[in-house]
Amino acid sequence: MASITDPSHTTALNSPPVQVSDDARGYYTLGEPLVDPVAPTGPIQNRWTQRQFDNRLVNPANRRKLEVIMVGTGLAGGAAAATLGEAGYNVKSFCYQDSPRRAHSIAAQGGINAAKNYKEDGDSTFRLFYDTVKGGDYRSRESNVYRLAEVSANIIDQCVAQGVPFAREYGGLLDNRSFGGVQVSRTFYARGQTGQQLLIGAYQAMERQVAAGTVKQYTRHEMLEVVIVEGKARGIIARDMVTGEVETHLADVVVLATGGYGNVFFLSTNAMGSNVTAAWRAHRKGAYMANPCYTQIHPTCIPVTGDHQSKLTLMSESLRNDGRIWVPKNAADCEKHPSEIPEEDRDYYLERIYPSFGNLVPRDIASRQAKNMCDEGRGVGPAVKELAEDGTERWVRRGVYLDFADAIARMGRATVETKYGNLFDMYARITGEDPYSTPMRIYPAVHYVMGGLWVDYHLQSNIPGLFVTGEANFSDHGANRLGASALMQGLADGYFVLPNTIRDYLADGPFEKLDESHPDVVAAKADVEHRIATFLSINGTRSADSYHKELGRIMWEYCGMERSEAGLKKAIGMIQELKKDFWSNLKVLGTADSLNQSLEKAGRTADFIELGELMCIDALNRRESCGGHFRAESQTEDGEALRHDDEFAYVAAWEWGGEDGQPVLHKEDLIYTAIEMKQRSYK
Amino acid sequence: MRITLNIWRQPNAASAGAMHAYELDEISEDMSFLEMLDVLNENLNEQGEDPVAFDSDCREGICGTCSLMINGEAHGPEVTTTCQLHMRSFKDGDTITIEPWRAEAFPVLKDLIVDRSAFDRIIQAGGYISVNTGSAPDAHAAPVEKKKADRAFDVATCISCGACVAACPNGSASLFLGAKITHLGELPQGQPERYSRVVDMVAQHDHEGFGGCTNIGECTAACPKEIPLDVISQLNKDLRTALKQGR
Ligand SMILES: Cc1cc2nc3c(=O)[nH]c(=O)nc-3n(C[C@H](O)[C@H](O)[C@H](O)COP(=O)(O)OP(=O)(O)OC[C@H]3O[C@@H](n4cnc5c(N)ncnc54)[C@H](O)[C@@H]3O)c2cc1C
Ligand code: SF4
Ligand code: FES
Repeated sequence: MASITDPSHTTALNSPPVQVSDDARGYYTLGEPLVDPVAPTGPIQNRWTQRQFDNRLVNPANRRKLEVIMVGTGLAGGAAAATLGEAGYNVKSFCYQDSPRRAHSIAAQGGINAAKNYKEDGDSTFRLFYDTVKGGDYRSRESNVYRLAEVSANIIDQCVAQGVPFAREYGGLLDNRSFGGVQVSRTFYARGQTGQQLLIGAYQAMERQVAAGTVKQYTRHEMLEVVIVEGKARGIIARDMVTGEVETHLADVVVLATGGYGNVFFLSTNAMGSNVTAAWRAHRKGAYMANPCYTQIHPTCIPVTGDHQSKLTLMSESLRNDGRIWVPKNAADCEKHPSEIPEEDRDYYLERIYPSFGNLVPRDIASRQAKNMCDEGRGVGPAVKELAEDGTERWVRRGVYLDFADAIARMGRATVETKYGNLFDMYARITGEDPYSTPMRIYPAVHYVMGGLWVDYHLQSNIPGLFVTGEANFSDHGANRLGASALMQGLADGYFVLPNTIRDYLADGPFEKLDESHPDVVAAKADVEHRIATFLSINGTRSADSYHKELGRIMWEYCGMERSEAGLKKAIGMIQELKKDFWSNLKVLGTADSLNQSLEKAGRTADFIELGELMCIDALNRRESCGGHFRAESQTEDGEALRHDDEFAYVAAWEWGGEDGQPVLHKEDLIYTAIEMKQRSYK
Repeated sequence: MRITLNIWRQPNAASAGAMHAYELDEISEDMSFLEMLDVLNENLNEQGEDPVAFDSDCREGICGTCSLMINGEAHGPEVTTTCQLHMRSFKDGDTITIEPWRAEAFPVLKDLIVDRSAFDRIIQAGGYISVNTGSAPDAHAAPVEKKKADRAFDVATCISCGACVAACPNGSASLFLGAKITHLGELPQGQPERYSRVVDMVAQHDHEGFGGCTNIGECTAACPKEIPLDVISQLNKDLRTALKQGR
């Protein structure tokens, strides 16, 4: 536990960082330091309560006159649209899918954390807070995380009241389980489909408001620009993806709940449509992008098998509770069937290296060790072609075994089936192998991102009137989101935080009525139309997908699990070349005024390319290993990740430097008053 | 593998559609069905022909976006979603016919993409529990019998894909509807609105142009989430009770 020197948690326990190394010199310029202007003070356990009281109210009669644009209908956007609709605001909700219920949150499998302490195993708000800050490698804001832990219990109550069918015990009460890296049982789940059930709850609450007339739903609409007038976000430009019409939607406030950008890697566990466009367009209009290089890699995904692959499938991390991970001790055994490899020739490497956590080490460690095993030549499964450090191509086996033989012997096949049956079926369907008789093969894959648009304690970006929630913002997770905390953040933001903070902003409204003929609005729309016309007129030879794939390969090799100064510099050069080629050699068929999926992909790929470059610059600057971000230059003697709190305990918030300029780095120091920073050890 | 595809092409809702044939070579059996279509589209793009529009997103069988009639069957020959169907379910040299969902209530938007917003409107008619944010009692205040909780969960897994409608000769959405009625109806939280919910949702279902259920059972056979047919009995039972007691 943290040693608590000041029980009121108001005195800083660390000193501000002073950066000495500067690997990224020449790639960026340094801007003014950044402070969160609305950061709360006082004892940490009172901060949120006090703030809810201090935030101004909007009286019910005025709420009807206020318009909120909500982009995104995942857990963050759906929950917020429902809640703001109930409160009586006029909400316009947008998503690119054909129904809000298909937002990517639906795919989350494992579970959602909450400090309910139903198991009486010593859990508490403070412990969830502590575990989350520590799990984020002390790169998140403690006030935000404390608030997250505080409202987590309400989320479960809310969802149960909506009819979310969480797993239950025979006594009729909720069941929960423990997740990677945590020693208490605080994860609530609905079989392997927690995200689906939570999202359906939020979706149904939102549809209820659609029926009540407070929420207007725009599906198959893609937001392509933010409208900023006199420094404030006042609307969006969106394309009706069926008719192609470019529409202007104006409002008093704009909220982006547009999810994460893990698809910058092309192969990821994200949905095919997940993209960065909304956030990136806002970034280009002045919103800061914070910690873009923080990516979480999930250790239990089905490995890549070949070139044609469009996505990687995640299998719930809960599998690590009972499965044992191993590779052959001898590289020569890798081609053998696993049943031919005797016990003494197997290396249960996680149990060997981390005896106290074993197979339940945090995600980044499990992931990196799997990579190490394969890099050593002890990977299993088919060899795949990939990009090597020096830019050439090589063949490597990318897989380690996740073995349930012991679990089946111990609990019986029937128990394993009830616990994990759906995951086993999924694995069998995708690979054509039977995981009950042959160990599964797994490998890490990009899962979600902790970077995102910079927001203050109110979830407002540095552009007034532009709020950002859920995975699209950067705020609560630092460098290493633990399992089951992203869902928690999405719903905390959507149901409880944003509705309480946005009212303080809206209390100044209604803002002056804005006309579609305002020059800034007209210009934003014209920009979008021009961009679309450009994509269609380049008339080169390569599809958007082919560029996206190439970008992904660069990102995974140089800005993936392990990064180095030389590799990142190489990647930046490669991405700049790719960008030039994209804008001169892209081929998009079809027209602007119809359903055109190639056109949609072109816009998203263009934004991913620019984001990819910024991610590499951010990674280059951060010469420390933290979370899933392992910098080769920063490791302990025995090869573990080494943080540098003295230099890097800050949020890196990047400002768009213009089309030909360099990004500007603003640093927000992370000061801890409730938790003392510690080097981590999972040995 | 070498395969021939017969695909429904239709530029938009207003124009007429027709089948087109395409040849594909070097298809690996590890590809998912949609990855095979990606390969086709890359080829078409190269040849200057408009790629085939089809819906997909999660590609892991959970979002319900993908939706194809494959050789006359919703989602094809296996009990799964199209994105989880793999080419190993087909043979070298096969000819595969691909069409959009067929149902009056799901108009075609382009090629293989249909409009399923009618499902959202059915949910709007009552497919929820009316609880505002922030007023919920502690989650342990109302225990739920394990059997009921499991049943609620089993049917809550409906992904809203619409395969049941596409498979039904009547174009009925009764399986989808029954799944939601049963999910909420099994839980204590769902009781207060149980009977008004069923009346309103059925009315909306009929209003959208979905057909009536004549117990053929094609829906449950095509359902990738194996929603059982008895949710429709539950639906009818609740509807009868509702009508008898005046909601
Ligand atoms: C396979 C998988 C498993 C996971 N499992 C877990 C887990 O067990 N526990 C956990 O805590 N977390 C998990 N996560 C992470 C978690 O699911 C996400 O971080 C979270 O759901 C994100 O929610 P969101 O509301 O921020 O965004 P999303 O659910 O991604 O929603 C984004 C929304 O924005 C819309 N949108 C995006 N761009 C635009 C645009 N330009 N115009 C219009 N609309 C747009 C989309 O249509 C969508 O409605 C998992 C993630 C993955 C990939
Ligand atoms: S009941 Fe089955 S087939 Fe029908 S929409 Fe739901 S999941 Fe799809
Ligand atoms: S693409 Fe999501 S279910 Fe098939």
